[in-house]
Amino acid sequence: MKGEKMASMSRLQAESQVENRIGGPPKVEAQGFSFFYGKTQALKSLDLTVPENSLLTIMGPTGSGKTTFLKALNRLNDRVPGISHSGSLLLGGKDVYDRDVDVATLRRRVGMVFALPVPLPMSIYENVAFGPRKRGVSSKKRLDEIVEEALVSAALWDEVKDRLDSSAHNLSGGQQQRLSLARVLAVDPEVILLDEPTSGLDPISTLKIEELLRVLSERYTVILVTHNPVQAARVQGEVAFFYMGELIEKGPAASMFVRPKDKRTEDYITGKFG
Amino acid sequence: MAPSSGTDGAYGPGALKRPKRSPGRFGMALVQGCAVLTVAVLVFIIGYVMVKGARVMTPGFLLGSPEKMGREGGIFPSIVGTVSLTLASVIIAAPLGIGTAVFLTEYTQEGLFSRIVRFGTESLAGIPSIIFGLFGFLFFVIRLGMGWSILSGSLTLAAMMLPTIVRTSEEALRSVPDVYKETAYALGASRWQTVASVVLPTAMPGIVTGVILAMGRAVGETAAVIFTAGSSLRLPKSIFDPVRTLPVHFYILAREGISIENAYGTAAVLLSAVLLVDFAAYYILHRISKKRPVARR
Repeated sequence: MKGEKMASMSRLQAESQVENRIGGPPKVEAQGFSFFYGKTQALKSLDLTVPENSLLTIMGPTGSGKTTFLKALNRLNDRVPGISHSGSLLLGGKDVYDRDVDVATLRRRVGMVFALPVPLPMSIYENVAFGPRKRGVSSKKRLDEIVEEALVSAALWDEVKDRLDSSAHNLSGGQQQRLSLARVLAVDPEVILLDEPTSGLDPISTLKIEELLRVLSERYTVILVTHNPVQAARVQGEVAFFYMGELIEKGPAASMFVRPKDKRTEDYITGKFG
Repeated sequence: MAPSSGTDGAYGPGALKRPKRSPGRFGMALVQGCAVLTVAVLVFIIGYVMVKGARVMTPGFLLGSPEKMGREGGIFPSIVGTVSLTLASVIIAAPLGIGTAVFLTEYTQEGLFSRIVRFGTESLAGIPSIIFGLFGFLFFVIRLGMGWSILSGSLTLAAMMLPTIVRTSEEALRSVPDVYKETAYALGASRWQTVASVVLPTAMPGIVTGVILAMGRAVGETAAVIFTAGSSLRLPKSIFDPVRTLPVHFYILAREGISIENAYGTAAVLLSAVLLVDFAAYYILHRISKKRPVARR
């Protein structure tokens, strides 16, 4: 397996670069992590480190295991029958698959924004207040504060502050996606996962979200999944290339797009497949 | 396939014209006819009963007590009996049925137990109502000593309503987009919180429809009710009193030749009530679904 060898070599190089550049403690760490749906292996012995308060973009074609990785990290995959895993997947040094892990708490620490905006069938306010309420926050004053803060952070406050009680379905697609982000921020997570968050949005809404992610990565560990190499290049930060369940290459966007180390990465970013 | 005009092989200007006698038109006439006939049957039945019963349907008939076994007087006790019996059975059946549906859709993987539960409710739907009546009579009325009463009747009716409520609620719950659940779970909601605050509210219009459909069946039920709720003409004072529901009253009036005229009057009242409930249901449903638009996907 020549490719695998090359991949692991490049991984080493990439990791040493991260250490030099950021040096924050690892927030998310996959160590020989494999994931299976029944007999199908979706992730193949993944080794990947994401430092605290950094931005990692995972790019790769459909079926490369990007979403599986995200949904393993907040254990949303638990809902799928017949799943199994091996190796370890650490959040702040603790394996998320340990027996004593409370899944609800894990999911509050690891927030997730989905590909298509999903406003829950309730008002804008209630959408944002949903997470805090389920955590047990009931004081109206405290909820008001949380909702405002989250909407401000998601750059949506000015657009909706006068109609917080109207249905979230009346928002535009871009606004709905920022609402999804605000909803995640309201539960005060440490890590924010975004699964192709701009795939249903127009270019301007897309840029707004990307801009937001750069800002948020100063306070949160952000992991963005995209099938679009152009987006990976735009948001900068670290980029990891997934292919067929393997991590092929990881490094700063600036260098990966100029000098990809693996042939497959090069083919992907130049649009030969994907 | 040949062009309809022009001899040079090209399609002429008349080629797109629809031929006067096309099979499409015949098919359309056929299905249109079916639809018209269906509506006609409905309109005829409703119209016939209403016309025959309209003469009798006076305020005195609606609010008066029956005299001489129903040959004279009104049907007020039967109206009260029907309403209370129906409401009681909904109160019993709805939580049970919705709970079962939530269990089947949200709390269990498809397995032996869920298949047994589903098979059980499906079988319940196929049992003739007279059998329910016989069971209700032997078990609730005799064995448990509840006598002919609203309680016995509503328990029996509830058993009959369950399959409809379970099946329609299950469908409504399954149609809730999975992304809603995923979103709620991803925000740290527990399974129960997700069901209570996202799944049930979203499925509510469908569930309400199911309950109302089941109510419609209960309102018109005769065989099961006559054995369990009795046929007393007195106004019930509690759920332990027997009642004579509208369909039972109608049945007895017609069967024993007491008053065909009043039988039609009773039927007209029953039919109006059912139609009213239907209209109200559609109105409420319409408002709910307008307020809560379905996800755009």
